[in-house]
Amino acid sequence: MEHLVFEFGPFPDRPRPAASVIVGVVGSGNLEALCEPAPLGGRLRVEVNSSVHGFGKTWEAVLGDFANRVRTPDLLVTINDAGATPAVVGLRLAQAAAELGVA
Amino acid sequence: MDRVWNRGEQDRQARLARARAAGLGRIVDAARIGELLRAVLVSGDRLCIEGNNQKHADFLAESLAQADPAHLHDLHVVQSNLALPCHLDVFERGIAKRLDFCYSGDQGLRMARLVKEGRIEIGAIHTYLELYSRYFVDLTPRVAFVAAQSADREGNLYTGPNTEDTPAVVEGTAFKSGIVIAQVNELVERVPRVDVPADWVSFVVKAPRPHYIEPIFTRDPANITEIQVLMAMMVVKGIYAPYEVARLNHGIGFDTAAIELILPTYAESLGLKGKICRYMTVNPCPTLIPAIESGWVEGIHCAGSELGMEAYTAARPDVFFNGPDGSMRSNRVFCQLAGHYADLFIGSTLQVDPEGNSSTATASRIAGFGGAPNFGCESRGRRHVSRPWLKAGLEAARPAGGTMPRGRKLVVQMVETFREKMQPTFVEKLDAWKLMDEFGLDLPPVMVYGDDVTHFVTEEGIAHLHRCATVAEREQAVRGIAGYTPVGLARDHAAVERLRERGIVQRPADLGIDPRLATRDLLAARSIKDLVRWSGGLYDPPRRFRNW
Amino acid sequence: MSEGYLEATARQRVARFFDAGSVHEWLGPTARVTSPHLAELGLPVAFDDGVVVGRASLGGRPVFFAAQEPKFMGGAVGEVHGAKLTGVLLRAARDRPGGVVLLLDTGGVRLHEANAGLVAISEIQRAVFEARLAGVPVVAVCAGSNGCYGGLGIVARGCDAIVMTEEGRLSVSGPEVIEAQHGVEEFDARDRALVWRTMGGKHRYLLGEADALVADRFESLREAVTPFLGGARPLDLDAVLAEHGALGRRLARFGGAPDSLDIWSALGVKEPARVPMLEPAPFVAMAAPLRERADA
Repeated sequence: MEHLVFEFGPFPDRPRPAASVIVGVVGSGNLEALCEPAPLGGRLRVEVNSSVHGFGKTWEAVLGDFANRVRTPDLLVTINDAGATPAVVGLRLAQAAAELGVA
Repeated sequence: MDRVWNRGEQDRQARLARARAAGLGRIVDAARIGELLRAVLVSGDRLCIEGNNQKHADFLAESLAQADPAHLHDLHVVQSNLALPCHLDVFERGIAKRLDFCYSGDQGLRMARLVKEGRIEIGAIHTYLELYSRYFVDLTPRVAFVAAQSADREGNLYTGPNTEDTPAVVEGTAFKSGIVIAQVNELVERVPRVDVPADWVSFVVKAPRPHYIEPIFTRDPANITEIQVLMAMMVVKGIYAPYEVARLNHGIGFDTAAIELILPTYAESLGLKGKICRYMTVNPCPTLIPAIESGWVEGIHCAGSELGMEAYTAARPDVFFNGPDGSMRSNRVFCQLAGHYADLFIGSTLQVDPEGNSSTATASRIAGFGGAPNFGCESRGRRHVSRPWLKAGLEAARPAGGTMPRGRKLVVQMVETFREKMQPTFVEKLDAWKLMDEFGLDLPPVMVYGDDVTHFVTEEGIAHLHRCATVAEREQAVRGIAGYTPVGLARDHAAVERLRERGIVQRPADLGIDPRLATRDLLAARSIKDLVRWSGGLYDPPRRFRNW
Repeated sequence: MSEGYLEATARQRVARFFDAGSVHEWLGPTARVTSPHLAELGLPVAFDDGVVVGRASLGGRPVFFAAQEPKFMGGAVGEVHGAKLTGVLLRAARDRPGGVVLLLDTGGVRLHEANAGLVAISEIQRAVFEARLAGVPVVAVCAGSNGCYGGLGIVARGCDAIVMTEEGRLSVSGPEVIEAQHGVEEFDARDRALVWRTMGGKHRYLLGEADALVADRFESLREAVTPFLGGARPLDLDAVLAEHGALGRRLARFGGAPDSLDIWSALGVKEPARVPMLEPAPFVAMAAPLRERADA
């Protein structure tokens, strides 16, 4: 398993998430993302646990674009990944953003 | 000196005489197939084996593979599809040596090995239309093995819905004094219709079991993903609608199945009924059933049939090409021609380079081309005008200094940026180059050339390649929709933004599409059972697709 | 919003099966009670280990529930997953809600956690009986794409009632296992029509193992489950003896039948070959008076 951590921001100008949200399922080619409020000094933190190794740069690019779009402070996103492509990752994060009300 | 002008006919008579001498009549018992092949085949013969995309003269091919290479060797096989192990056994055992073909998909790895071992000498790898054409030029078969549904005592053949390549094979062979041997599923008093006249057929064998037919056009809607639905929405709204695409060909795949299944739902909500997808040249894909039943598709010509669709096609004679007997007749040559001159082709692929060239070639396997390049190419011989063809032509960037306007066929490639196991679709250099080196080919095997493509569609958006004036512009357009692949990440961001401003690169948002609305709920049918219901019970899916 | 249960995730099933706003989850994703075994094998965990448990109400009646996530490890039972199922049943024995609804969708034991999974199955089985003895009805819904296989197939038959759809399957050994053990002549796992004829909802209903057969829609499944929450079936010696009597009768009547079609024929079904094509309502109308009953 590969464990990756990314931090973005800080994003002081937006509201914090109100509640926790979970999207997706850990099935082949898919992932689940748990989005929770957390005291992060206004930053957005993503922890990825993936069964596919060597795609750190790809994760960084995808998650960076997501973070810069939503700009949500004090948000912890924890991902359990079973080989989702950036297309699927993007879709799940967009679904999470919608449920959090930060889309 | 007097030249002999009927060598072919004399040779044919000699073979027939040998068969007669062995006590073999026109209808040959399956147990005596070995004797027949010994009588009528000669070492060095050019032999065509059907070998279609779907149906195979498997009994005849298996029997040939059991011949004694000491007596029968150095055959030159011309065959459009090599799909079964026996097709390659014939080479491995030294019965055949030279091969001209189109496609070997599943047998690609073994084919590659046999080529390296020197057991197969490839003449050339063709597309379907090219090989069929050469039956009438320099690859005319001396003997042909064909598969038919039934024959009568005289030898008239009924090939039914799965007629496929048979007319081309038989015409080329029979009209150059060749010998046609047909394996049939049954012998009948009277065939439902005569697809091949008895005069053209030399021998008929009732095979011990029905000839193999591969169900390659059935896609289970349960396997269509949200990403594929999103891309289907983009194709409908971003291409079919603005170009008013009424005549088209869908390459087989889950991506195109998704398009077919959102016609009665999403495309309906956009008010496109009667404006798009009215005539299709494609096999009778079960996923077309909802669109047909909802009145979208008025006519379909098929290259072959599809297992389980026989009763459905027979019950829709206004849509399909059915004979006076009531059953469909497919014809790959005519379907390919119709598709070549249609207004749009759309299909998928495995690898794309920054110039937009795409290939399904992967290292260490020889797969070939099949018919995709015949559909997925600009049809430069076209002259008749239609709205989509004219619109794409007027939009297309003209060569510098050129003054002559012309139309342009829409050639669309539809792919996700990453394939399974996180393999990027977009690469700096196609594996096809490696294949060229590995097997000493003259050219890298490219399925669709970048300068023939008008549009690329990925989950990231649509790139209108035909509007790019230079290779450099085209490259940025490709990189612009290559997402997070290394090829995509290497884009010139400013250049892509300019292309977006000009509408050459469009994101889903630019088309007014919200990706979160791309769910499977938009599919008119979500399972095989749904398709059966849509067909009123006429569609009878093969067992492997059932869950009831 | 799709009305179909088959394609839905466990969370979607819970949200749409029970009364809106009544669902409260225990040991949810934020609790992060995950499998201790999978990381070692290079496999990702799921925050809920593939099963959602909690309490809700169904038509106003308080119930406890468990819903297996079909896409996570094929719904298979591991140590934590199994403990959650056991826990919700033992809690029901203690708290006596109106019933327990088990939305089962599983290939059986998670081979990656073999021993822990097997032990879990036996604990679940015992916990089902604890709940039933406490007068809490336990209803199994077997309507998912994985079917209900392995130890949980046995557990399902130990519940008060089983509700199925025709897409659902209920058995112990899976089709591939049977083919591997006994050969393709005996059972061709790729002949899916055969698989569903042998293990699918319609056959189980005709054999008297499934108590209801409905369409793959949340509303239909809810309607079918609700009557069984009225009261637990007696779990006493008389009930067990009646069950054994019925099994003996089944063996005597159908033991020699080579295929389900022959069983259906023997039951008096007029056109057995058409059974798979019947929609649920006409099927039940035809089958209800003919089907084998364990309580008859």
